[in-house]
Amino acid sequence: MAGVIQDVQPAVPQPGTGGAAPLAERLPRLALIGNPNSGKTSLFNQLTGLNQKVGNFPGVTVDRKTGVAQLGGQRRAEVVDLPGTYSLYPKSLDERVIADLLYNPLSPDYPDFVVVTVDASNLRRSLLLFSQLADLGLPAILALNMTDVAAERGIQLDVVALERELGVPVVPMNARKGVGLAALRIVMADRLAARPPAGRFWQPGAELRPLLEAIRQHFGLPNDYLALHYAHQFRQLHFLSEEDRTYLASLTEQYAFDSTAQQAAETVGRYASINELLLEVVTVTRTERREPASNRIDKVLTHRVFGYLIFLAILFLLFQAIFAWAQYPMDLIDQGISALSAAIQARFHGPLVRLLTEGVIAGLGGVLIFIPQIALLFAFLAVLEETGYMARVTFLMDKLMRPFGLSGKSVVPLISGLACAVPAIMGARTIESWKDRMLTIFVTPLMSCSARIPVYTVLVALVVPDESWLGIFNMRGLVLMGLYLLGLSSALLSALLLKTVLKARERSYFIMEFPVYRWPRWKNVGLTIVEKVKTFVLQAGKVIVAISVLLWVLASYGPGTRQEQAAAQVQQQAAARRWSAAETERREASARLETSYAGTFGHIIEPAIRPLGFDWKIGISLLTSFAAREVFVGTMSTIYSVGQDADLGTVQQKLASERDAQGQPFFTPVRALSLLVFYVFAMQCMSTLAVTYRETKSWRWPLGQLVYMTGLAYAASLLVWQVFS
Amino acid sequence: MAAPQPVSARRTANDLRLGESATVCCLKDPQMALKLLEMGCIPGTQVRLTGRAPLGDPLMLVLGDEEYTLSLRVSEAITIQLKD
Repeated sequence: MAGVIQDVQPAVPQPGTGGAAPLAERLPRLALIGNPNSGKTSLFNQLTGLNQKVGNFPGVTVDRKTGVAQLGGQRRAEVVDLPGTYSLYPKSLDERVIADLLYNPLSPDYPDFVVVTVDASNLRRSLLLFSQLADLGLPAILALNMTDVAAERGIQLDVVALERELGVPVVPMNARKGVGLAALRIVMADRLAARPPAGRFWQPGAELRPLLEAIRQHFGLPNDYLALHYAHQFRQLHFLSEEDRTYLASLTEQYAFDSTAQQAAETVGRYASINELLLEVVTVTRTERREPASNRIDKVLTHRVFGYLIFLAILFLLFQAIFAWAQYPMDLIDQGISALSAAIQARFHGPLVRLLTEGVIAGLGGVLIFIPQIALLFAFLAVLEETGYMARVTFLMDKLMRPFGLSGKSVVPLISGLACAVPAIMGARTIESWKDRMLTIFVTPLMSCSARIPVYTVLVALVVPDESWLGIFNMRGLVLMGLYLLGLSSALLSALLLKTVLKARERSYFIMEFPVYRWPRWKNVGLTIVEKVKTFVLQAGKVIVAISVLLWVLASYGPGTRQEQAAAQVQQQAAARRWSAAETERREASARLETSYAGTFGHIIEPAIRPLGFDWKIGISLLTSFAAREVFVGTMSTIYSVGQDADLGTVQQKLASERDAQGQPFFTPVRALSLLVFYVFAMQCMSTLAVTYRETKSWRWPLGQLVYMTGLAYAASLLVWQVFS
Repeated sequence: MAAPQPVSARRTANDLRLGESATVCCLKDPQMALKLLEMGCIPGTQVRLTGRAPLGDPLMLVLGDEEYTLSLRVSEAITIQLKD
């Protein structure tokens, strides 16, 4: 393994990457690494644009963003974006990816060189990470970012001296505005990345030599510092085998290796040598000190009254966007899908055409309809994140969330859960504490997501009159808000409950840096939207289309010859009672549905759901929307349009015209309320269960969610129906 | 990082008045110290309390003369002990 970390020669296959792929096709690979808020994401977006892919790092659930950068000339390079971190000692799950990647030259992602983004206005702290990477012996380029902010603060940097001291190319830049990017591209294209002198910043103490020597020998490592990281982190390195870990465990015990004390000593030692270096490089001319603009803005945005008012106003705007503004594009999508189905059905006939229009195209419509809402939500979240406001939200909300066992960092995933639990649960990754993170993931699906909106709106409009209360408040709006509050309070109370059950696994930190306020970069916002919409369409979309097709089959075919028998019976009755042709057709279709597979399912579970006020038709909808809530409306419309004349208008009219055995309207307010409450609580989303499994790496959590939420839904609906009906 | 006098006698970052500055003396909690150190809160650094959340927790500390702001909980701030 010696010689693995060599000068950059991308044409030469590195171990683990050569072999299968032809040598000439392998692009040079570089990893972007830097502190949070050091402009790393901006740089990645500038380099790769729309040429990005989101995947997973092997074995873990951390997003792996890669892209291909055009470097000038015909040269290109593959760029891997690593999570932001302050040091190579990981404090969160995300950061562990870095260790797995950089300490294992056999990893398929192992970079040829690293580009380290540092904040020029905050050089001392930024160089801590760089110094660790340098001592690992990785060839590096330093992207000296945010030079504009540094200049504003009267900080002058001697780039030539910095380059000399660090031993790697230094490119001053402003990634947000694209300044210095051309220079960086040239430096990367010419592969000027240099391996910094070993042990330039800090060397492990002499007492560690025997231990490090043993590790180096055993694993064939190129330097002591890498060996030291093996000693610190072997428990978390995925690429080590069980024997390797046992070996390292006994070795560190034998030498009484104190990881915490060693890390503290190393960090202090590094700062000492960085301070020395900076004396040569930095001069600060103190102009008249003015309070920075960010601090003045903070006085307002984190004010005890205005802070919350402004946050509420922003939330209000966000809801307006999701509910009102998104309506226009959603209507367009809806009309487009209907027009397409109608056009196809007008020209062609037969079971395959019905499968296509009622199954596939209807399912596609169900996916596409959510794109406006998801795009708007992530536009908002991206702007809040980009401007630095999100950190202030965390600051404002932390004390309020803590009684429930959540932290200020849970607020963002919970709010995102209002759009869709899938990205929201993925967003919980930023929570370092295991316990806080699990609580947040567990309760996020209780927040009323946008997939519940169709169910809510259909049922609310069905039973709540479109009237105002006290002359101001729209009744339907009030009921809708009540459902959202019910979801929110159940999420918080569930967290409180789980908090007492769950034991913390590790130390949790709240501490974070407040980024300075900045105008958002619209390119970054745009790329976030594209990425999230793509993820939704590709991940949830597949499930929804598949379920839609399956549903059509279940509702159109039945076991054995029962459907035919039922149809024949209707025909006999028709002859005896002289029904009209239309009446016969309607009754036959209804009988066919009742004897279909879906109808059979509904009948089987009817005894279990009758105490909630539900019949077999609702039973069918519950079962099909178990895969995804938004399927409920589709199922209801399928059931009723299959059971009645083909185009009877909206689902609402169909539901309103449904009668019970006594000829009274079936959907009474109480029945609708029972159903609404069921949908507030029930875990009716396969995608959420799948993503929870991915994020927690254990079936315990998604199964727990399923049992808990379904139980809660059943109990709540039972209560509503038994008490009020 | 050992404190020369009884731990309780030292003021901590949580005892600062709004706008008051002081120098970090030592970090009391070894695990927390690792996180604070890598974020630039080293013994000898100046800290200034610039704000508290409306409910008194978390608080905002400006570090050194590089003017960057950390947000941390009271339970974390009390591990930062100050020089007299």
